[in-house]
Amino acid sequence: MNDAAPYPAPPARKLRVATTSLAGCFGCHMSLLDIDERLLTLIEHVEFDRSPLTDLKSVGPCDLGLIEGGLCNAENIEVLQAFRAQCKVLVAVGACAINGGLPAQRNRLDIGDVLREVYVHRPGTREDAQVPSDPELPLPLNQVRPIHEVVLIDYELPGCPPSADTFWAFFTDLLAGRTPRLAHGQIHYD
Amino acid sequence: MSRYTASGLSFLLDGEEVPMAPGDTVLQAAHRVGRYIPHLCWHPGLPAHGSCRLCMVNFNGRPVSACTALAAPGAVVECQTPALQAERRTLLQMLFVEGNHFCPSCERSGNCLLQATAYQHEMAGPHFEEFYPDRPVDASHPDMLLDHNRCILCGLCVRASELLDGKSVFAIAGHGTQCHLVVNSPSGQLADSALSVHDQAAGICPVGALMPKRVGFKDPIGQRRYDLHRVDEPHSQEAAPPASEDAP
Repeated sequence: MNDAAPYPAPPARKLRVATTSLAGCFGCHMSLLDIDERLLTLIEHVEFDRSPLTDLKSVGPCDLGLIEGGLCNAENIEVLQAFRAQCKVLVAVGACAINGGLPAQRNRLDIGDVLREVYVHRPGTREDAQVPSDPELPLPLNQVRPIHEVVLIDYELPGCPPSADTFWAFFTDLLAGRTPRLAHGQIHYD
Repeated sequence: MSRYTASGLSFLLDGEEVPMAPGDTVLQAAHRVGRYIPHLCWHPGLPAHGSCRLCMVNFNGRPVSACTALAAPGAVVECQTPALQAERRTLLQMLFVEGNHFCPSCERSGNCLLQATAYQHEMAGPHFEEFYPDRPVDASHPDMLLDHNRCILCGLCVRASELLDGKSVFAIAGHGTQCHLVVNSPSGQLADSALSVHDQAAGICPVGALMPKRVGFKDPIGQRRYDLHRVDEPHSQEAAPPASEDAP
C-alpha cells in the first residue's frame, strides 16, 4: 500500500462502480469497507451504482463491476450476465468468484441429496417437510462454478477475502489510469 | 574451499557465475549456492523426477528442465525471462484447476510450496476451467491424512518412502488425467501400510495432500513459513528439513 503517494485530483466525472455478492458470504464487501476512512477519499472518485450498499435494484451502465461469490443458482447467472452487459471492467473478487471457493466443496455431492438432507431428513424437520419448490426461489445449479467460466473477467483480486490494502492498491492503480498489478504481498489465496 | 569451487568449473545462470562439480544438474548446482530456480517435484537429497516442469530453463538456447539437465562448464542458462515466467504461471494454473485447491480451508496454507510459488509468479486467477475432482480422502491412518484432491503427483513421498525410509509405501498408478497416488497395503488404505508419522515420507509433501493429523492451523497467520519468507529466498523451499545434498 502506498500512503505517501499523492492521490489524483477528483475527476470531472466520477467512476461509476457496481458491486454484488453471488454465492458469497459478504466478507469481500466487509474487507472493502476495511479500507476505513479511505472510503471518504474513495467516494470523491467513485459513485456507486447497484450494490448491497445502495438501494438501486438493477445495474446501470458502469465503469467497474466488482463481483464477490461464485455461481450457485440461476439468479446468480442472471445477475452476473447483467453486470457483464453493463460494466466496462468486471472484476472477480475473492476466492469464491475466482475458483468457486469453499462453497464448491459441495460439488462432489448430488444437489438433490444435499437439499433432501437439509430440508427433509435432518432431525427436527416436520413429518411432511419438502424441499422448497416455489417458482420464486432460484433453482440451484448442480455444481458451484467460478464466474470466469460464464462471462469474461478482466481482473481477479484473490484472497478469502482480499485484504483492504489489496482493494486500495487496485483502486489506486485504476483511478490513476494504470493497469492494476498486485505486488507480491498483496496476492494471497487464504 | 569446498570441492565445488576447487573444481574451478562454473556456468552462467541469468548472467551470474554458478560453481559446479562434474555430474551436477543445473538445479543442484544453483540450489547449493542459494540461487532460486522454481521447482515443486525436486528435493535436495532425492533423485530428480521431472514432472512439475516448473524448473524449465533455456540451456544454451534450448528449453530443458533444470532438475534433469546436467550442468556443463561455460553453459549459458536463462531462468528468469518473462517468457519462462509466463509459462510457469500457466503450469501453476494447470495444477490449481486440476485439483481442489481451496486454500482458505487448507491446513497447509502459508506453508505450501505450490501456493508460495504461485504467489511468486503473481498468479491472480486460475484462467482454465476447474476439474473439481472427486477422489476419496484416506483418513484411515491414526496419525496421517491423505487428500488425493490436493496431490500434484510430484512423487516426493514415493521416492522418500522408497529411498530414505526403505518402506515403499507409495507409488503413482493410472494413466493420463486418471494418474493418482496409490498406497502399498492389502486394502490400499494408509492405515494398513507401514507408514509412520516419523517417516521422512510423512513430512515431505510440498502441498496439503499428505499431512499429519491434529496439528493443523498451529502456526498463527504471519508466522507461517511463507509469511516469513519468499519462496525465492535461499533454501526456503523444501517442506521437510533438507537431507544431505550429497545423498543419492
